[in-house]
Formats: sequence, structure tokens, C-alpha cells
Amino acid sequence: MRTFALAGNPNCGKTTLFNALTGSTAHVGNWPGVTVDKKEGVYKGGSEKVNIVDLPGIYSLSPYTPEEVIARNFILDEAPDGIINIVDATNLERNLYLTTQLLEMDVPVIIALNMMDEVEKKGDKIDVKELEDKIGVPVVSICALKNNGIKELMERAVSMPETRKGKTIVQGNISGAIEKAESFYAAKEVTSPTFHAMKLLENDELEVDKKENANLLAEISAEYGEDLEAVIADERYKYISAHFTVAKKKSTDKAVLTKSDKIDKVLTHKIWSIPIFLVILFAIFHLTFSENLLYLNGFGDGWMLSLEDLGIEGGLATFVGIFYDGTVYSPGVILFNVMDVITSLIGDGLSLALESAPDWANGLVVDAVWGGIAAVLSFVPQILVLFAFFSILEDTGYMARVAFILDRIFRRFGLSGRAFMPMIMGFGCSIPAMINTRTLADDKERTATIRVIPFFSCGAKLPILTAVAGTLCGSAYLDTAISIGMGAETLTYLMYLVGIIVAIVAVIFMRNTSMKGATPPFIMELPAYHAPGFKNLCLHVWDKLKHYVKKAFTIIFVSTVIIWFLSSFDWSWTWTDDIGSSILGSIGKLIQPIFTPLGFGSQLGKEAGWVFAVAAITGLIAKENVIATFGALAVAVGKAVEGIESEDGIEEVATMINAIRESNPGLTDLQIVAAMISFIVFNMTTIPCFAACATARAELPKGKFKWTVLFWLATSYIASCVIYTSIAWAWCIPIWLVLFAGIGVLIYFNNKGKLEKVKFWKNLKKNKA
Amino acid sequence: MSNLLCDFTVGQSGKIKAVLGEGRIRRRLFDMGVTPGAEVTMVKKAPLGDPIEVTIRGYQLTLRKDEAKCVEMEAVK
Repeated sequence: MRTFALAGNPNCGKTTLFNALTGSTAHVGNWPGVTVDKKEGVYKGGSEKVNIVDLPGIYSLSPYTPEEVIARNFILDEAPDGIINIVDATNLERNLYLTTQLLEMDVPVIIALNMMDEVEKKGDKIDVKELEDKIGVPVVSICALKNNGIKELMERAVSMPETRKGKTIVQGNISGAIEKAESFYAAKEVTSPTFHAMKLLENDELEVDKKENANLLAEISAEYGEDLEAVIADERYKYISAHFTVAKKKSTDKAVLTKSDKIDKVLTHKIWSIPIFLVILFAIFHLTFSENLLYLNGFGDGWMLSLEDLGIEGGLATFVGIFYDGTVYSPGVILFNVMDVITSLIGDGLSLALESAPDWANGLVVDAVWGGIAAVLSFVPQILVLFAFFSILEDTGYMARVAFILDRIFRRFGLSGRAFMPMIMGFGCSIPAMINTRTLADDKERTATIRVIPFFSCGAKLPILTAVAGTLCGSAYLDTAISIGMGAETLTYLMYLVGIIVAIVAVIFMRNTSMKGATPPFIMELPAYHAPGFKNLCLHVWDKLKHYVKKAFTIIFVSTVIIWFLSSFDWSWTWTDDIGSSILGSIGKLIQPIFTPLGFGSQLGKEAGWVFAVAAITGLIAKENVIATFGALAVAVGKAVEGIESEDGIEEVATMINAIRESNPGLTDLQIVAAMISFIVFNMTTIPCFAACATARAELPKGKFKWTVLFWLATSYIASCVIYTSIAWAWCIPIWLVLFAGIGVLIYFNNKGKLEKVKFWKNLKKNKA
Repeated sequence: MSNLLCDFTVGQSGKIKAVLGEGRIRRRLFDMGVTPGAEVTMVKKAPLGDPIEVTIRGYQLTLRKDEAKCVEMEAVK
């Protein structure tokens, strides 16, 4: 089977054409060594089956982004039987720039002229026949969105001659220079000598890294002038406008605002653009996570009746409860409930079937195996909805505008405006957020962004916040109330803020130390707005979701089973339903002192204090587990009747605090408050759940994952320690401030190279080396 | 007199005279069609004043003022 590669600019309809060509045969693999997806599929519509490889969307074959390197290496090394170059007819000039480079390679090329209908709508005309005559390779007009012209494109593609000699369109004064470089490469018997020659003259990083090549370039430059790079780029565009735009018959009235321009005027308005963006963002989160759709239930306690009050019971209640229970749910929550009902039905069925089996077998199947699968599945619905919304923003072209609007703010932290979307998605769920960092071109920027995404507290961490905040800010379950002088909402809000501040500090720190690098340049196309295609949207979402499920299943599954095992067996390998005497319990007691500087370690006492250490571990499966662990452990420390499980977790937390106060009369209220807040901060900034870890591992560049885990541990440890000591003993605050300021100054001077001048540091660096 | 793209006002247009700047940025600008001789129109500035949006070779391109500093324009009347 012959292989054709699909190449073209981003936003030119390449993905649409790929989907139209390959249909359901497409599958996603990996390019060696990078996280950019490699999509492949088979075209079966013609007389001959053809393998289609979708190259990443690129503007040029110079190695500016990893995508460009991938595309270039694929064509040079894997030698496809031909290239289908898809060209956006509405933007002929810039699209043909890539074409002029593709034509320099020794490979047959066919041009698919896409979006001709849009050109005609504007009243313009492009003479396809004339273009084909001038450019010297087949040109076929298609409409990828409507599936027009695809058959003809492929028929002509397979009937192209099997080889083609690379030719350059660049002429004029420097043709002597080109010939010289060409004959140099031809003598070396490399493939595509013309392409290599042109790249050398363009001072391409990948060509001049060899000494003899660099020497040749220096020699040629001396003869033909220094700035060959500018001359060649200029020649390419000059040739394109001189020869190919004549094929385009311009319509007369040009000044008319297109629909896209009109939309853009509003969406990037000087004053309204940011409010509009915030509203769109809020709407997305509302439709995905809200349990009070469109605030139909009002803002206070609400007027809607719960199902219990309405007298709806049994199976009907389960069914109606998916959509409504005292409040109307948003689409995201409805899907979540559907999944929840299905997984718990299966779980119940399994435990019923295993009723007569020993406890451990029942636990293994229902809690560990099925529990793990259910944990993976429970994330799916809301990830799906969130993905769908963000894909729409991406496909319509709005996402590029968001980067445009916000770039100024993000540059301060050493990031570009594009880093914003993944971060904000982190408030919903870290998993889609991490996958979304693929839009970032710079590897270091990407790594830094993935690392701080968990600090944007996700939906699953909210229960920890509400339970602890609810308990501290006046809970009836406490033996004596604690007064901290603020409401639970204020405390929750402050905690979100702490997460954001930690993220900002961490990004600034990384961008100045381990992830150093100039702020990536921001030179980006703002594609014309267009309505998203439904079929494409589905494929898009499905692609991303598939990725998650595949990665998540293995790692979440294994780790869930391990934690289940540790919490259900004691050291004599017998099954126990008391976590306190399990292996996990004793590990918790063992590692308890580690948390002492954070406030929830040894000072909380041997009797109940270890519970926090255990909760920190179980939180790794899913952050929802933290509060559930309190419930289970309250029984273990003998302070509660079996099976407390309150809706908001306040009762569980209160039980633990009561137990700690009782066993440690020396602790002040302030210390307990400091410890609890530190515990929240720890959970917010530490290693996220296993599902997020699995995603981070897949998305990060090779070798970065273990450092990332270490980074999460260090950050949470430092942040919690700072918070705990600052609240418990106010005099610690200036010490921390001085310490951080000192570190900041050191990094600043180090980056400026000034430390080299101070003797002490110079010696220190020398000794290290 | 220096006449840089970053100093353009909204609605102003002109012809590019030269593209300066560090290797990678320059390469990228060339690849995106920002080459000597090309016509550029400044369309708008982002709400916070930076980056800017320009029309070049029939499409919309956004770049920061820092990068627009590398683009020298021919004097306009």
C-alpha cells in the first residue's frame, strides 16, 4: 500500500480533509520522542487503498516548532510516495509559501485547493488550470467540509509519476549560490539536495550544525552577500505574488467588512473583550459543573422541593434524581449522575453476586477492581462536556483571540497568553487542562504550565475545602466552637486564592531557574472565525477522551488496587475492615512525624493525629477520598459510631477535631486552625490524583515526570509549612518574607551574572564544578 | 529616522523596509510572510495595549510590540 502525507498550514482544513479521507480507519499514534499526535488512516474510496499520514499543521519547514521538525523529518527520512499539500484558497499567498518549500524536496506533490466555495462567495475567482500550469504539479479544487472533489484528488494523486526531482522557484541574483550549494549536497549523495541547499542558504539550524556545511555557507555568503535568508524569503513571496496571484481574479469591492471582521470587532473590543471572555468562561463552567442550572433555584436556600418532599421514591426517584433533586442540574452534572447511577448499579450487582464470598474477595472485586474502574469512568462525563466546549472555542477561532487578549498579563510571569486556557480549565479538572497544554509551542513553558495546573483547585478538591472550612467556621458538631472571624465562603475563597498565588510564585520561580528561557515569542495567525462542524467536533472530543481513558485505566487501576490492598490487610496478611490496624494505618503512624512542620504531624498526638497522614495518601486515588477517609477513620479511633457519612463532610471533620482536642489538651485553637488550613493547602498543592498524574506523565517531555512529582511534593511541603507557621505564630511571617525576598534577590542577581563577581559565590561555584 | 511597526497607530499602513532581530524570531517573521516589501496594516491593539494585530498578505497576524520592533517600515507620507 502506498503512503501519502498530508501537509499544510494550521487552520486550512487539514484535519477536515484527513477525516473525510480516512473516516473511521483513523488511529492516533505517537511520533518518536514527542507528544505531538501522529494520525494515520486508510483511504478506501478509490481503485487502490492508500495509507494517509496526517503531518502536523505548519507554516514552513524551518525548525521553529517541534511540529515543523516532525514534518520535515518524516518527508526526508520516511520517504512517503507523495505529499498532498492542502492549500487554503482564501489565503493563497501565505499557504503557497510552504508549497514552494515542499516543491524543493524530491517527492511527488499534489495540491488540494480547499475552501474554494468561500472564495467564490466573496466574488473572487481562482483559475485552477492556470495555477496548475504555472506551479508544475497537479492542482485539484476541493471542499473538505462538504466532501467535494475528494475522489478526483485521490485519483490524480495515485496516478502521479512515482518520482519527482526537487526544484526551487527561487531565481535571480542568487541562483549561482543555489547551484553551488546544490552541487555540494549532490556530491554527498543525500536525497533532496535542492531542499538541503536552500535550507543551508536560509541559515537553517539543522543544516549549519555541521562544520563543513557552515564553512560552505560562509564562503557563499562572502561571495553573494550576507543576508541570503532575507533574500530567499523575499524571493519566495515575490515569485508567489508575481506568478500565482494572477490566477486569482480579484473582485472589485474589497473594503466590505466580512462577517468574521464584524464578530472580531465585538470579541476583541477594547473594553468589552475581557468581560465577554469572563462571561463565556463562566457559562462553560456553569453548564459543566453547576448543580443549580441558570440559577433557576434562586441564589439563597432555593424554593424547589426535594424529591423526598415531593414524595417521589424508589426507581422513579433514581431516574428523576439524575436531572432534578431540589435543584435543576446542568448538562455536565446530569451526565455525571447517569454515569454514577450506572456504575453504582453494577457495583451493587457485583456485591450481591458475591454475598456468600469471603469479605476480602468481595472487597477486592467491588471496592478495588470495580471501584478503580468506576473512578476512571466517573471523570469521563464532565471531561467530555468540558472538552466539547473548549473544542468549540478552538474550532471557531476564538481561542486564538483569548491568547491575544490576555498575552500582556501572562508575559509578566514568563508565559504567553496561550497558557491561560489550560490553567483556567484546571479549576474544573486537571486532566483536560493538562491535555490542552498541547497548544503551547515551547517545551519549557509547557512543562511549567502542566506543573502548576493542579494548584488551580479542581472540582474534586472542593469537598475538602467546604468540609474543613464549614467545620472551622462554626460547626454545631464541635464540642466547643472555634472562632476564626470569617465565614466559610470567605475562607474557601481565600484558599482558592492561595492556590493561585502558589501557582504564580512557582511559575516565576521555575521560569527563572530550572525552566529558564526567553519568554517565547508570540507571532501567531488569527484565523478567520467559522462555525464548527459537528462531525469534526465529535471526532476531536473523542480523540482526546480516548487518550485519557487509555492512559488512565492502567495507572489508576493499578494504584487503586494497591491502596485498597494496603488499607484492607494488616501485617499478618489477614483481611481487616479497620484501617487503623491495616498496613496503611501503620504506614500513616510511621510517617506522621514528617508532617510535624506542617502542623498535622506528631503534635496532634499518637491517638488520632495519624489519620491526616493516611488521608493524604488515600487522597492520591481521588481527592474525594480525603474526607471519606476521615469518616472511616473516625470509627477506627473509636470516636464515632459506625458509618457516619454526612453530605458535606462537616460531621467527619468535626469528629476528628474533637478527638484531637480531647487527646491533646495542650493544643490551642489557633494551632488547630493553622493545622487544618495547612492540611487544605497541602492537599491543594501536592501530587494530584493518580488520573492527573497519568495524564501529566503522558503529556510531559521525556524524563520530566519524576522531577514534576518531586516538585509537587516540595511545593506542597513548603507552602503548607509557611501557612501553618504564619498562622500559628505571627512572628514567623516576617521571617518567611525576608527569606523569600532573599531567594528572589539571589536568583535575580544570579541570572544577571552579578554573583560571579562576588568572591564567595565564585568559589562556591568553582568547588561545585 | 527610524520608523518601526511597533510605533504604528491603528489604521496606519505601510511597506516593510527591513526585518531585523534575533535569528529565530526573524525566521518566524519571514515564515509568516513578514518580509521586506510586504504591505502591512495595523488593525488593532489588544485591550491592554499589547500585542498588536496586523493584516499582512491577506490574513490577520498578531505579534507583540517587542517583535514588531524588529520590523522597520518605509517612511510614509
